[in-house]
Amino acid sequence: MSEQHLITLTVNGHDHELLVAARRTLVDAIRHDLRLTGTHVGCEHGVCGACTILVDGAPARACLMFAVQAEGRDIRTVESLGSPEAPNDLQRAFSEHHALQCGFCTPGFLMLAEGFLTEHPHATKSEIRAAVSANLCRCTGYQPIVEAVDDCARKRRCAPGPAAAPSATQAADTTTPAGPARAAADPGHGQPDTPRSP
Amino acid sequence: MKPAAFAYHRARDVDGATALLAELGADAKVLAGGQSLVPMMNFRLARPRHLVDIGRLHELNHITRDGSALRIGALTTHHTVETAGRQLGPEFEVLRAAMSWVGHTPIRALGTVGGSLAHADATAEWCLLAVLLDASVTVRGPCGSQRSIAAADLFLGFYTTTVEPDELITEVTFPRPAPRAALTEFAERHGDFATVAAAVDLDLDGDTVRGGRVALGGVAPVPVRARAAEEVLRRGEVASVDLFAECAAAAAAEIDPPDTPNGDAAYHRNLARDLIERACEEALAR
Amino acid sequence: MSTTAPHHTEPRFDRDGTWVGASVRRREDPRLLTGRGRFVDDIALPRMAHAQFVRSTVAAGTVTELDLTATRRTPGVIAAFSAVDLDLGDITAILERPAAEFVPTDMPVLARDRVRFVGEPLAIVIAEDPYAVEDGVEAARVTYDTAPAVVSADQALADSAPLVHDNAPNNTLLDVSLFATEGIDDVFAAADHVVHVEASSSRQNALPLETRGVVAAWDDRDEQLMVQTCTQVPHQVRTVLARCLGRDERTVRVLAPDMGGGFGQKCVVGREEIAAAAAALRLERPVKWIEDRRDALSAAFLAREQRYDARAAFDAEGHILALDADIVCDMGAYSCYPFSAGIEPLMASAEMPGVYRVPAYRVRGRAVTTNKAPSAPYRGVSRPQYVMVMERLFERASRELGLDPVEIRRRNVITTFPYTGVNAVTYDPGTYLESLNLCEQLVRDEGWYERKEQLADAGRILGIGYCCFNERTGYASDAFAKRKMTVVPGFDLSQVRMDPSGGIVVTSGTMNHGQSHETTFAQIVASRLGIDVARVKLQQGDTDRVSYGWGTFASRSVTIGGSAASLAADRLGAKLLHIGAHLLETQPDNVELHNGAVRQRDDHSRKLPFSEIATVAYLRADLLPKDTEPGLTAEASFDPAGDGTFANATHAVVVELHPGTGQVEILRYLCVEDCGVTINPQIVEGQCRGGIAQGIAGALFEQITYDSNGEPSCASFIDYKVPTAAEIPDVEIHHLETPCTLTESGAKGVGEGGTIGAPAAVLNAVNDALRPTGIELDATPITPQTVQRALEARP
Repeated sequence: MSEQHLITLTVNGHDHELLVAARRTLVDAIRHDLRLTGTHVGCEHGVCGACTILVDGAPARACLMFAVQAEGRDIRTVESLGSPEAPNDLQRAFSEHHALQCGFCTPGFLMLAEGFLTEHPHATKSEIRAAVSANLCRCTGYQPIVEAVDDCARKRRCAPGPAAAPSATQAADTTTPAGPARAAADPGHGQPDTPRSP
Repeated sequence: MKPAAFAYHRARDVDGATALLAELGADAKVLAGGQSLVPMMNFRLARPRHLVDIGRLHELNHITRDGSALRIGALTTHHTVETAGRQLGPEFEVLRAAMSWVGHTPIRALGTVGGSLAHADATAEWCLLAVLLDASVTVRGPCGSQRSIAAADLFLGFYTTTVEPDELITEVTFPRPAPRAALTEFAERHGDFATVAAAVDLDLDGDTVRGGRVALGGVAPVPVRARAAEEVLRRGEVASVDLFAECAAAAAAEIDPPDTPNGDAAYHRNLARDLIERACEEALAR
Repeated sequence: MSTTAPHHTEPRFDRDGTWVGASVRRREDPRLLTGRGRFVDDIALPRMAHAQFVRSTVAAGTVTELDLTATRRTPGVIAAFSAVDLDLGDITAILERPAAEFVPTDMPVLARDRVRFVGEPLAIVIAEDPYAVEDGVEAARVTYDTAPAVVSADQALADSAPLVHDNAPNNTLLDVSLFATEGIDDVFAAADHVVHVEASSSRQNALPLETRGVVAAWDDRDEQLMVQTCTQVPHQVRTVLARCLGRDERTVRVLAPDMGGGFGQKCVVGREEIAAAAAALRLERPVKWIEDRRDALSAAFLAREQRYDARAAFDAEGHILALDADIVCDMGAYSCYPFSAGIEPLMASAEMPGVYRVPAYRVRGRAVTTNKAPSAPYRGVSRPQYVMVMERLFERASRELGLDPVEIRRRNVITTFPYTGVNAVTYDPGTYLESLNLCEQLVRDEGWYERKEQLADAGRILGIGYCCFNERTGYASDAFAKRKMTVVPGFDLSQVRMDPSGGIVVTSGTMNHGQSHETTFAQIVASRLGIDVARVKLQQGDTDRVSYGWGTFASRSVTIGGSAASLAADRLGAKLLHIGAHLLETQPDNVELHNGAVRQRDDHSRKLPFSEIATVAYLRADLLPKDTEPGLTAEASFDPAGDGTFANATHAVVVELHPGTGQVEILRYLCVEDCGVTINPQIVEGQCRGGIAQGIAGALFEQITYDSNGEPSCASFIDYKVPTAAEIPDVEIHHLETPCTLTESGAKGVGEGGTIGAPAAVLNAVNDALRPTGIELDATPITPQTVQRALEARP
């Protein structure tokens, strides 16, 4: 039962060979075998999202995958973004909006947002809010996170590059109905059109 | 919260997977997307001695139009369905739209249609859609055997199905288009398992409702059809708020929901009524 | 102010003359954004082993057998220790009160024979990896002689109740009756109106996203046990560790690395961190324990389960005449260290009158013990609850008197300062009335009152609620001494040191765990010394580096720790001036600190950069004035005068109730707050928003219940519903500023306020929406079922 498996996987552009027990979760392998400790563990049952990474480009819970399942996969963690000296635009937006306090949930939110914005560069703020609701933060009240991601998305859209045109899947996707909670809170369906700045 | 030890087997093809399942017996579990199984293993609520990983069986990852029917491979992820607008078309828009209710983006990226059906959570969207739309599930057994199980016969009780331990769900087939169908649900917190989920498929002739199907999740150990509510829809009346309210009231009256931490039976009943009304209106508006 | 973008992005000392008041970019961000923070679980030491605990599966009873044979035989397991094996001293919090008022209870590090809650640690298992250790825990065989569990305050106080602690009659750990203004019964008898509220709040988990954890290792060279643990109170952990292990405190070094939140749960000493340290000593190997989420939800310190039976007397004009409250707090199985089980009832009893002029007051506060996980302080401590009760009393009075709910508050809030209340507390100046008026004005200007009426015609159900409150921040030693604690927090120490190149290191006994101290303390010290904020580095969380400190809780860091740092900076500044004047060959009163230099007042061109002065102070002591010692280090302590300082705020909430689902949707959330001088406005807003989110969580979502056997309802995030971005609304924050004269920077504390105001504001809004039903709710969380049922009573 304690057999070890030799796996190869790509993490942040580097190929790794790892010898892991079958039951070792991917997040433990990333943190403790590869010593990439930026990805955090918050619940080990897929709800809090502190361990969110990109698996083949899509945000996924690293606590809900066994390392053996990651064989041949392309993994990206927070360490693949910018450095303290040269943070990427999303990291800068998080800092500018004070979208982190204790910072424990932050890598998960960054990777969630990176994956989401790559697929949905034209996401509206309410779509961003729905996407961001995948992860838990106990410090910020979420508003700064939503605004940081929205701000980053806007700036990316303004920048020249391939992300400027909505893709076909994106066009289809914007019709996704939001839950009743958000729909009811949308302007025109309950709120007076009030200026939000005093 | 680390899982108990297990032996890991990676299947190369469907026959290989079923052969492994046959060989390993009841101690083995199929690992697809793992989004339901792995949390249970981390809590050690599930402790299979063997896991058969079917994650590489790419032949099970497909969405295929087959005449008026739609076939979805068991390994197709929720996210793939969510972004398959073109393949699904307006006929199966309900499937695409329902995906926004399945957990959150990261769960949808790995969680699979077949895994969801096999897990058989009574509030799961795929279970409810299968029951609503008379889907059938294709399972492969040992030595190349294959059978089809009607959704109505698939779910036995809490988290249990009629799929045998040596069988593998390979595909789910939705037999006919459902252009006027909708699924909606309520949970206290966005992305959670529904307290109650409701799905409706209306047969419309102009603005007259000729019939329809109504299904509910979270009100019984398995997803259920609300037959009395469907009777109301079969009366052939013009679609109206009153008709839908009557339909919803009939459903609320015929179910026998449990008390749960989310609320007592009466609360579930009221919720079912509200959600069916909403689902009817959404279906009508499609 | 509605957005989270900073207001003053690029502060410059040379232009603004201060760093205080600017949204300086956070010092913590670069490492935390790039995955380079260092949290406890990120630490790996050579030969490190991994610990987990065998925990009680019954709520009450006696362990008849604890068999660790199979555990010790489990592959990968190194050792397993029970209470007998480790033989550690107990953790005991004491209040100096007569036996009729307080009963101390001993919390063993590992339960000996009696178990008192599900999840109580019985044995520590150590293994080579975190997987094998769980196999070992699973293999333990424990048999119990199960006893009936006490699972509610009612049950605990019943005549025939089994005793949770044999030395605590009536399961009561604290029972105090305070104030009892003379003639209060006559006031009630003669009053025009008496309103009564029975309110309750549910058990909650403070829920830092990082669970608790520790890495402990013996260091032969330093002859020290090095304990890296996520704690808000490093020196308290050191004291308890030394006592439990019977060692000098010198031989224990506690370090707190980056922390993923605490919110109070980590401001008490945990049993597990002591046990892990003891195991590390025993095994002569580093031992790591990381609490898993299941244990964090069921066996960590909880809070907030309280009930109030409160009456208030009013005259015909709506002036409050008297307040009488009976408060019962269900503190679970043990007293927490150092605060004791008195923490919640004493806070509530002492502070309940809040922002209102209450002429007569009587309160009874009790802490009862039950077979549930013990309680610790949680952000706001009792204030979310008693504020909710006060606000309910005023709401109810407003209905009975036919007064507008805001108007009745206006007639009662304290408007002249300093004000000494019936609770013998003196309030420093605040903006109680101003915040209330501004908040109401904002709601009116946005048209919510009209919108509510219009939508009512369309069958939609909106409600508007307010909460006006204050919060004592910066509790002085005197304040804690009044509680009769034998371990009296209050003061804090800070050291400011300039190195030979002119760089600054500040130490503080406070402990950042998300509050941005590295940024705000640098701002404070840089402003005092006239130096670039980037050259100031804060060090905390190390009992060897920091001479002493009480840590971070009760919104004390910037008020007390920040003041100590200010004073230490001033002392260092005085020395810089003294040396500078000497070197510039001018009079001591002819120099000032400016932009990284000592300059001559009468000739700004004559100046000496700090680096040159520092060089002299260390490398050229021969050039120093005769009366001056070498080096540039200054230390100061600060303990607030009197009763500390009170921050205040008014919150307004607009909700919509959905009759089909019972869902409470928050359409608008406004906050007008006054925390004195804001060191960093963006950080202040962050504290408000985060606090409000936790308050909403308590108002609408989170609760831990227990069944009749004492089995907790929540073992996962499926059951414990921490709200997400989809549930928490945007919050618009407006600032009023009453500079505080009791603290060095003029700041008041801001860490807890948001959490305090939200439950009352949400509850009042829901009740406003429920007005047509005649139903008023008085319990949190407000569940969808409760709302749906109430709405069925609509006419």
